[in-house]
Amino acid sequence: MNLFDYTRPASVAEAIAAAQAPGAAYLGAGTNLLDLMKGGVVTPARLVDVTRLPGLDRIEFLDDGGVRIGALVRNSDLAHDPRFAKTYPAVAEALLAGASAQLRNAATAAGNLMQRTRCPYFADATSPCNKRAPGSGCAAIGGATRLHAVLGWSEHCIATNPSDFCVPLAAFDAVVEIEGAGGRRAVALVDFHRLPGDAPERETDLAPGELIVAVRLPPEAAGFSAHARYLKVRDRTSYAFAVVSAAAGLRLNGDRIGEARLALGGVALKPWRAREAEHLLAGQAPDPDVFRKAADAALAGAKPSGEANVFKIELARRILVRALTLAAAGTPERLPALPASPFAAPFAVPSPSPAGAAHG
Amino acid sequence: MAEIALTSAPQRARHGSSMGQPLTRRDGPLKVTGRATFAADNVADGTLHAALCVARIARGRVTHLDVAAAEAHPGVVAVMTPDNAPALAQHPDDKPHGFIFRLDLLQDSAVRYANQPIAVVIAETLEAATEGARLLSPRYEAETPRIGLDAEPPFTPPGIGVGQPPEETHGDVEAGLAAASRRIAATYETPAQYHNAMEPHAAVASWDGDRLTLHTPSQGMSMAQGRLAGLFGIAPENIRIESPFLGGGFGSKGLISGPQILACMAARLVGRPVKLVLARAQMYGPVGHRAETRQSFRLGADDAGKLTALEHETLTASSRFDDFFEPAGGVSHTLYASPAIAVRHQAVRVDTGTPLFMRAPGEASGSVALESAIDEMALACGMDPLEFRLANYAEVEPISGKPFSSKALRECYTRGAEHFGWSARPRAPRQTRDANGLLVGWGMGTATFPALMFEAQAKAELRADGTGLIETGAHDMGQGAWTALGQIAADGLGIGLDRLTFRMGSSDLPNAGIAGGSAHTATAGGAIHAAGQAVIAQLADLATNDSASPLYGAGNAGFVARDGRLFRRDDESRSEAYSDILARAGRASLTATGKASTDPAAAKTYAMHAHGAVFAEVKVDPDLGQIRVTRLVGAFAAGRIVNPRLVTSQYYGGMIWGMSFALHEHAAMDARTGRFLNDNLGEYHVPVNADTPAMEAILVHEDDAHVNALGIKGVGEIGITGSAGAIANAVWHATGIRVREIPITLDKLLG
Repeated sequence: MNLFDYTRPASVAEAIAAAQAPGAAYLGAGTNLLDLMKGGVVTPARLVDVTRLPGLDRIEFLDDGGVRIGALVRNSDLAHDPRFAKTYPAVAEALLAGASAQLRNAATAAGNLMQRTRCPYFADATSPCNKRAPGSGCAAIGGATRLHAVLGWSEHCIATNPSDFCVPLAAFDAVVEIEGAGGRRAVALVDFHRLPGDAPERETDLAPGELIVAVRLPPEAAGFSAHARYLKVRDRTSYAFAVVSAAAGLRLNGDRIGEARLALGGVALKPWRAREAEHLLAGQAPDPDVFRKAADAALAGAKPSGEANVFKIELARRILVRALTLAAAGTPERLPALPASPFAAPFAVPSPSPAGAAHG
Repeated sequence: MAEIALTSAPQRARHGSSMGQPLTRRDGPLKVTGRATFAADNVADGTLHAALCVARIARGRVTHLDVAAAEAHPGVVAVMTPDNAPALAQHPDDKPHGFIFRLDLLQDSAVRYANQPIAVVIAETLEAATEGARLLSPRYEAETPRIGLDAEPPFTPPGIGVGQPPEETHGDVEAGLAAASRRIAATYETPAQYHNAMEPHAAVASWDGDRLTLHTPSQGMSMAQGRLAGLFGIAPENIRIESPFLGGGFGSKGLISGPQILACMAARLVGRPVKLVLARAQMYGPVGHRAETRQSFRLGADDAGKLTALEHETLTASSRFDDFFEPAGGVSHTLYASPAIAVRHQAVRVDTGTPLFMRAPGEASGSVALESAIDEMALACGMDPLEFRLANYAEVEPISGKPFSSKALRECYTRGAEHFGWSARPRAPRQTRDANGLLVGWGMGTATFPALMFEAQAKAELRADGTGLIETGAHDMGQGAWTALGQIAADGLGIGLDRLTFRMGSSDLPNAGIAGGSAHTATAGGAIHAAGQAVIAQLADLATNDSASPLYGAGNAGFVARDGRLFRRDDESRSEAYSDILARAGRASLTATGKASTDPAAAKTYAMHAHGAVFAEVKVDPDLGQIRVTRLVGAFAAGRIVNPRLVTSQYYGGMIWGMSFALHEHAAMDARTGRFLNDNLGEYHVPVNADTPAMEAILVHEDDAHVNALGIKGVGEIGITGSAGAIANAVWHATGIRVREIPITLDKLLG
């Protein structure tokens, strides 16, 4: 780990001032940043510890029906807040599907938005990586790409965003509140993370020194609470990043879908909002054919970034169909014991083979 | 020196015997309260911290290290490179005997694999040492590495594993295949795996003149002493190794590794104690691994479902510079009866660290492939997998024709199948769904592991106050040696555990050999037992020659030693307390030594193996491919069970490892660079608790009069075997998809 300055400002204004220095980085729980520093992947000259800033650790239910999540609210605290979990069940499920219990107890809401890709070539300080060392090339291309992007990638970067939390946030139109030297502003979460294009080193909309102070969900987000799920396919049941994940929310009008919200995780360098699919679903009956068409639309622009991730396109379609199926069936009364897991809940699928007796 | 002495009396102590009791770990309270000192905990005042700088190329040489930058970093005391590393008495590549492996000890600028140590930075703090290592910013002359089983044309190695022949045949496989009415041919691949013990390799080294004290986790202190003695040109007795507790070894701590020795060299360079702990990623390279394999089978069977031929060919990889060849074919020597068996091994050389022993070396990789092939053959014969295995039950060891010293495998099959409910299994795949619509599959595998013995010594002492002492340089890797060997020690002396002081985990104690090959309890336990018997014999001598003793003149009748008393075997009403015998003889104590090793006559006559049967249930999401093991039942017969609680725990651990093998573990390497892509516990997957199913381990009774004095076969590794294959077979049964590339991951089931 390089030698660095450490400051613990007492206010947001002090923090922003401290972070104007070149090479400064904000330190939240450090669950990602400190690992990267230990690996020599990032070498900030100054850490601005924001963990004790006052007023940023509250969940505020707003008069307009929305909610404001302070930047420092811990993932576990947010997921286990009864009112929050009841109102935004897919968000709670996503939070609990992330990382491990220990990490969730430490990790903050804003830190989750700021986590870096888990592309192994990014994490290997020796490999070329346009994100880490602009212009050095992308070692992932032609390498081991099983978990790399199938949407929105470029020849400069094929990494994915690893967040679970951000997937339902994207689906439900979350807004990121940002404070900087120039004052306060808000940006839609779907515009907060950037696709790589030809500048994969620019990962977010934040200008140098800007600080996330809160994440807000608008009043409309609560309208999906009866039919909202997050589903995550992963290589082990816990403590693994998504191979592919999906957040689905439905507002039903009788037997028709009034409005649908859909986003994918693990497929692109940002949480992938599937608006065309949402339009297709609106006004339709919630049935498997419709879901399949929506899934096809969501993946229409997909193309593999390597031979090893061809499967993710079909998997993404299937997980969208499943997430929609589960959402249509209704949000479960209690959060499943294995949140977001395909093993958590029943699903209705036509059996392709004669149904045998269930084993004991 | 660590000892567990006169502490709490065990629960449920049965009168007169400790062996067989399900005692909880005697070191448990130390561990859960943080008082057990692991190697890295031994930080005396003045200890410096060392960090490795490791190569980030896999082949080539180091052309430049920015030593000045590292030295200029605050806190850095010294930078050890090939230019200033202390001279060694023996080149690290010399192999004075067969069981020794080449090491990277800064002997030159060559790079032979990624993560090879190329410099050591020694500093006042860990942080300064780590940053110093980063500041060395090595430059290289890199060559293109060769990685993977297709890196070059294969060759037949002179020996595999620990010098076993690379080819063994019995009968005529071609004739057997020609005579078969059913044949299969299939190829399976297993990936490179890394041990990833919870405790990284750590070393705290200090020198006093030519005397070295080294705190380091070791599964073989005496061999480590010998290796260090050769390298430093000092007498083995000048080296003291302390290793009371290991946070897991799994074979990676069997032979002392390069980095542990670099800590000793660093301490010598700076003249102060030095502590070096490997970072997780640095455990991928210099401390061994399980090499990848590609295993090709040809099997034939007749109309009755009896094998007519079994051919098992393994291609594996060793490093460019040393020889260790995964003996994956061994399982085919012993498991299934066939008139013709051919087992062959070939290898390539790749630019990785040298592979070494990893829990069930050979058996683990071989078993998952053989059990899958057997399942495929059973299907080809239209038989239930258990029925097929029973039809090919080996009554004698197939490759050698030797009788088994004992083999309760049939009972394992029966009891495992019964507990699992195997008889309800539909023959065809993809027949069953659970209430949630998930595909359900059942599979089984046979477990096997050889019953080995190494060499060990122990010392016993009986004292006039009725207490006893046993000393042996045994190793507790977490398997429970403190407890199980303590039980054997108490019984060997005929006293309760509460009267026993037991010392182990130090090289100053009698050599207990190596904790490996699932043989430590049998070997060290055998030595302890022999030492106990020897001291009891002295005591009996005193008593039978003492006219004041109730045992006077009873020499021929023999004795039973129990609860601190010596009883006449033929008349237990005649007995005397040890303390009385010693007091009258005016002796403060009696001491004796004992040893244990393979009985060559028994080894020549008998095939000696532990066996088991594992049954697995998996559920697979039909659309998403995600797999979860939901039940595992294993029934194992492994001779005498010293402590059923610890043995059950070993079986659980092995079975979970089998699940890890089947579904998770895979060291991902970039074939272009030879660098690892998942050298951390976040991305090198092993099962988490949420993956771990309901498990049952059934201990099947087995008496073995031949394997060793105590009848112990060993339980440390067998649980992996059988389990991985059972899970692979269950995945096939759930989905109808036979995945022959391990690990089985969801992308391979999407169809």
